[in-house]
Amino acid sequence: MNIFLEQSRRDKTREAQLTPHKAKPQYGAKRSNALIDAIDTFLRTPATVTDGRCHVRDAVDMKRIMITVMIALAPALVFGWWNVGFQHFDMIYNGGSIATRWQCLWYGFLKWLPLVIVTYVSGLAVEVLFAQIRKEEVAEGFFVTGFLIPMIMPPDVPLWIVAVATVFAVLFGKEVFGGTGYNFLNPALLARAFVFFAYPSVISGDQVWVSGADAVTCATPLSFVMNGHPEAVPFTWNLFIGTIPGCIGETCKLAILLGAAILLFTQVADWRIMLSVFTGGYLTAAIFHVTGLCPVEAHDQLLMGGFMFGAVFMATDPVTAAHTRDGKYIYGLLIGILAILIRTLNKGYPEGMMLAILLMNIFAPLIDYCVIQTHIKRRQKAIGNNDYN
Amino acid sequence: MMKKYLGPLSKDNPILVQTLGVCSALAVTAQLRPAVVMALSVTVVCACSNFIISLIRNTIPSRIRIIVQLLVVSFFVILVDLLLQSYLYDVSKMLSVFVGLIITNCIIMGRLEAFALSHKPLPSFMDGLMNGLGYGLVLVVVAFFRELLGSGTLWNHQVVPDSWYAAGYLNNGLMILPPMALILIGVIVWGKNRVTEKRG
Repeated sequence: MNIFLEQSRRDKTREAQLTPHKAKPQYGAKRSNALIDAIDTFLRTPATVTDGRCHVRDAVDMKRIMITVMIALAPALVFGWWNVGFQHFDMIYNGGSIATRWQCLWYGFLKWLPLVIVTYVSGLAVEVLFAQIRKEEVAEGFFVTGFLIPMIMPPDVPLWIVAVATVFAVLFGKEVFGGTGYNFLNPALLARAFVFFAYPSVISGDQVWVSGADAVTCATPLSFVMNGHPEAVPFTWNLFIGTIPGCIGETCKLAILLGAAILLFTQVADWRIMLSVFTGGYLTAAIFHVTGLCPVEAHDQLLMGGFMFGAVFMATDPVTAAHTRDGKYIYGLLIGILAILIRTLNKGYPEGMMLAILLMNIFAPLIDYCVIQTHIKRRQKAIGNNDYN
Repeated sequence: MMKKYLGPLSKDNPILVQTLGVCSALAVTAQLRPAVVMALSVTVVCACSNFIISLIRNTIPSRIRIIVQLLVVSFFVILVDLLLQSYLYDVSKMLSVFVGLIITNCIIMGRLEAFALSHKPLPSFMDGLMNGLGYGLVLVVVAFFRELLGSGTLWNHQVVPDSWYAAGYLNNGLMILPPMALILIGVIVWGKNRVTEKRG
């Protein structure tokens, strides 16, 4: 995935021409060994440099972009650890929790750690295998994918399901289409969608969002709305700060906004997409609220569930989003509109963000095509040359 | 001589190479039993209509040949449908419209046009038989994995032990849905292409 510029196809080919993807000869391997190569370049800066004509390259390469995204995700993750613990102890002591902050944090961290280990091991296994078969380098693309997957899972999801979903997402979302940079679906979201459709009992309903809550109902704000109890939705402040049940990384909107600021400041994510997702979502939610079809206020809709997390970290993935400037506005607006539409109109899917982003990922190339064609037509008209083609 | 007819089972498979009949392959493969019945039905219809059309190939005016072909195919489809309803009622209900839709199965029309109209009855019969079996082979493989992983059963018998479920194993709900059948067929095509490429 790559929320990160694993760039357009053109860039990738250019890079391939500049740096031959071969293992270093000192290992004496006849065949390029993807694993050795990956570890080597991860730990050391390769001494091989481009020869031939002089060229200047930006210091912002894929690794740096990946690290930037991870730093942007960190606040939401640390809050997520705490919230997993907080929700757990809160549920056990029925509101009168006596656990300290550090206890909460530690509990959540221990819940998260196996998830992230399983995700990386299974995902990287597939990546290394394919890199080996194709005699390419292991691309850094999986680092952020593997970081995102545990953050969009419920805390108690069985580890083998995470492994199966990760393998499925990397294999069918990315590798069969040519690997990092060629995927048209966001692999992290694909992993979640796989769990959602294949094993619905572990990721939907009211009993999975709080760790250790067997047979105890701890509904998320979204399911309160779905089941017709909008009055049970916590206050806007709680939604914003994130002391609510939910996926590990999605609850704290403050931390997500912090991450968004980092992404926008470093220009890793495009502000056009974020802005238009929020605009589309807010307007749609407002229309539903004003016409009385949905009792939830528009700003609460944006704060519930994974809307904000998706808008900031998922929709902005440069590989799967629309590439043209106008296309980004259309792409973002439609994500926002669809997410709220699915939430309010389809009672089966309380969380519409995942499906909205995946659907628009599929349509992104078409949007780009239409934008470019419109542009060409307009230019042709402007210069009065209609027999151009 | 035999080699010519074995093509549809491997390197000239109607589903994997010609991408025909995919719709029904997605629809009826959630379980093994209906898939096998469907495979047999298509094989019978394909072989018999190939045979009949080949018999009358010189008397059919070419301008109305499609209509004649459809008549012959629908005759056998109705026959198969009635047989299923009388002897395998539960499977017939499961397959529902897809038995009737065999009429529109491109494999059958394709073989009639491409083979039966220009060959003698017996080779035509063999060709239809083998194409039906090639279709059925893919159906059975896909249905095997879908039923095993999606329901934990094979031929309606539970094969995944209860102890696995107790240990936290869950059936994969996506396997029951048609999208996964498409992905499975894609995987088979992928594997088949790898093998064919290697052989050159």
